[in-house]
Amino acid sequence: MLAQHLPVLVAVVPLVAAPLIVVARSGFLGWVTALLVAAATTAMSAALLAQATASGTISYAIGSWPPPWGIEYRVDAANALVALLVSAVALVVVPYARRSVSAEVGQDRQYLFYALLMLCLAGLLGMALTGDAFNLFVFLEISSLSTYVLIALGRHRRALLAAYQYLVLGTTGATFYVIGVGLLYLATGTLNFADMAVRLADVRDARPLAAGLAFITAGIGLKLALFPLHAWLPNAYACAPSAVSAFVAATATKVSIYVLMRVYFSVFGVDAVFRDLPTGAILAVLSVAAMFAASAAAIVQPDLKRLLAFSSVGQVGYITLGISLGSAPGLAAAMAHVVNHGITKGALFLLAGAMALRLGGTGMDRVAGLARTMPVTAFAFVVGGLSLIGVPGTAGFASKWALVSAAIEAGRWWIAGAVLLSSLLAVAYVWRFVECAYFREPPAGAPDRDEAPADMTGPALALTAAVVAAGLFASPVLEASTRAAAALMGFAR
Amino acid sequence: MTLLGHFTYWATVFLMMTGLHVVISRGNLVKKLVGLGIFQTSVYLLYIGPGKLVGGTAPIVGPGIATYSNPLPHVLILTAIVVGVATLAVGLALVVRIREAYGTIEEDELLAADAEDD
Amino acid sequence: MKSDIILRVVAKILIPFALMFALYVQFHGDFGPGGGFQAGVIVAAAVVFYGVIFGLAAARRAVPEPLVESMVAAGVLVYAGVGVAGLLLGGNYLDYFVLDHDPVHGQHRGIFWVEVGVAITVSGVMLKIFYLFAGRGRGFEEDDGP
Repeated sequence: MLAQHLPVLVAVVPLVAAPLIVVARSGFLGWVTALLVAAATTAMSAALLAQATASGTISYAIGSWPPPWGIEYRVDAANALVALLVSAVALVVVPYARRSVSAEVGQDRQYLFYALLMLCLAGLLGMALTGDAFNLFVFLEISSLSTYVLIALGRHRRALLAAYQYLVLGTTGATFYVIGVGLLYLATGTLNFADMAVRLADVRDARPLAAGLAFITAGIGLKLALFPLHAWLPNAYACAPSAVSAFVAATATKVSIYVLMRVYFSVFGVDAVFRDLPTGAILAVLSVAAMFAASAAAIVQPDLKRLLAFSSVGQVGYITLGISLGSAPGLAAAMAHVVNHGITKGALFLLAGAMALRLGGTGMDRVAGLARTMPVTAFAFVVGGLSLIGVPGTAGFASKWALVSAAIEAGRWWIAGAVLLSSLLAVAYVWRFVECAYFREPPAGAPDRDEAPADMTGPALALTAAVVAAGLFASPVLEASTRAAAALMGFAR
Repeated sequence: MTLLGHFTYWATVFLMMTGLHVVISRGNLVKKLVGLGIFQTSVYLLYIGPGKLVGGTAPIVGPGIATYSNPLPHVLILTAIVVGVATLAVGLALVVRIREAYGTIEEDELLAADAEDD
Repeated sequence: MKSDIILRVVAKILIPFALMFALYVQFHGDFGPGGGFQAGVIVAAAVVFYGVIFGLAAARRAVPEPLVESMVAAGVLVYAGVGVAGLLLGGNYLDYFVLDHDPVHGQHRGIFWVEVGVAITVSGVMLKIFYLFAGRGRGFEEDDGP
C-alpha cells in the first residue's frame, strides 16, 4: 500500500521531521531523527530508482487531482537517480555531523541545525521529484532559505556575509526562474512540465519562449554556479560548518543542474534549445571558461576549503559542457559527472572538516605536514584529488572519459582538448595539497599522530571508498546515467 | 491603445529594472534587500496582471457567469509572497547579525574589514 | 508608552475585537476573501500591538516564546497531518476527497484543517520574527550605550 505513495513520501518524510525536531528541542533526538530520515529517504529513493528503471515513468497526483490540473510528482530514471544521490549523501553526512556540529555550533542551537538540514533535504528532494514548475520554485526556496541559515551558522563572522551574499544572489536567481516560468505559463497556460512540453509545440510566437528560456537559464545558472554567476559559491562553501559544506557542495548545485537538464531536454526539447537558439554555443563557451578560470583560481587559494569551492565551479563546467553538446551521450556524461563529482566533492569536504576539527582550520599553512599527523586523512584526500583530476581508477575518470568520447562523437575535437588541458590545472591544485601535506614539516608542537575520531573519519572514508569503487566499477553509474538521459529526452506524454 | 493596453507590462518591467538596479548599485545591505523586495514584487504583477479579464467575475461556477478571471495566478503569487516575506526575514536577520559582528552594514566597509582579517 | 492612558485603554478595547476579527476572517475564508494567512497575521498583529503598548516583556509573558516556537512547528504538522490522513484513508497525499463519505464534505473538511494549520504557523512565525527583532535591538542599544 505504501509503495504507490513513495514519490511523495520521499519529500514529505524529511518535511515532517523538521517541525518534529523543533518540538523535541533536543540536539541528540534531532540527530537520531535526521539519521532515521536520511536512511528512510535513501531506501525509498533506491526503491523508486529500481521501479522507474524496471517499469518506466511513475506519475503521482497530489490530492488525487489528475495532472495537468493538480500538482504531479513524476519520477523517472533521471530524477530518481538525483534523489538517490541527495539522500545517500545525507545518509553519510548525518553520522559525521554529530561530532562536527558539536564542535562548530552552539549547544542550544543544535536541534535547529538538524531541523534546517531536514528542511534542506526535503527541498532538494522535492525539487528533484516534482513535475510542476511552480512547485519546483517553492521547493527551491525551501532548500535555499535553509541553506542560507545553515551557512550563517559557520564560526567565523565572514560566514554571515557569505550567507547574505548568497541570499541576495540566490533570491535573484530564483526570481529569474519564476519570471521565466511566468512567461512560459502565459504562453502555454500550464505549469505541468509534461503538459507544457506538449503545448509548446502549438505556440506560434517563439519570442516569449526564447525569453522564458533565457530567464530560466540565467536563474538556474545562478543557483548551479555557472561561470560567471558563481560569485556566491566560494565564500559560502568556505565559511559554512564542515558538514554543511559537504552536504551542500555534493547536492545543491547538482539538483539545480538536473532542473536545467529537465527544462532543456524534456520541456523545450533538443531542437528548440540547441538548433533554433545558440544555447549550446553560449553554454560551451561559459563551461570552458569555468574549467580554466575557476581551476586556475583554485591553484592560488590560501585555504583548502576555498580551493575545493573553486574546483567545484570548474567541475560544474564539465557538467554544463556535457549538456551543451545537446546529444544523448553528452547528457549521459553530464549526468554521470553529476553523480561522480557529487560523491567526490562530498568526500573531500568531509575530509577537510576532519582536518578543521584537529587543526582548527583548513588554511594551507595549517595542513603542512599532514601526512605525518593525519596520514589516513591525507591519503584519502589525495585519492579524492585524483578523482578531481580524472585519473583512471577513480570516479572522475569514468565520467570525464564519457564526456571526451561524447565530444568526439559530436565532432567537437576542441572540447575534448579543452577537457584534457584543464585537467592539468586540476593536477596543479591537487599537487599544492600534496606538496603541503607530504613535503613540509608539521608546525612546531604538532602531535605525532592525531586522526579525527572514527565517527567523522568513518563516513569520510566510506565516501572516498565509493569514489574508488565508482572508478573501478564504472558501468553501474554510466548505465544509470544513460538511462537517465534517455528518460530526460523521451519525456513528453 | 496598445500602449495603454500593455500598461501592466510597462509597470512590471519598470519595477523589475528599478529593483534589480537597487540590488546592484546600493552598498547598504538593507537597501539591497529593499531592492530585492521591489524586484520580487514586479514578478507578482507579471503573474497577476494577465490573470484578470475585463468584465470577468470571481471564478465561482453558477448561473449567469460566463467569463471569470483566472484564479490560479493569485494562488501562485500568494505562495510567492510568503516566500518573499520569509526571504526578507532571513535577510534582515542576517543584516542584524552582520551589524553586531562588524559594526557596519556598508558593503565597502565590510569588505575592507574582511581584507584586514586575512 | 505604558504611561499613556488613552493608548492603554484603546489597546484593551481593540485587542479582543482584533482577535475576534481574526476568527471571522479564518472561518469566513470558505465563502469569501480570507483564510489562514490573513487570520494568522491578524492574530500576530494583535499581540504585536499589545507588545508595542505594554512592552515586550508583557507580550512575552502573555504569549511565551517556547509556545511561539511550538506553534511554528505545530501548524506545519497539522497541515502535513491532513495529508497523511488522506494517505491512511486510502487516497493520495493531501487527498481531501476521502476525508468524508461525501467527497464535497471531504474537501470542506480538508481545507478547514489545512487553514487551521496555516493560521497557527503564520501567527507563530510573525510573532517569532517580532520577538527576535524587537528583543535584539533593545539589548544591542544597551550594550552600545554610555
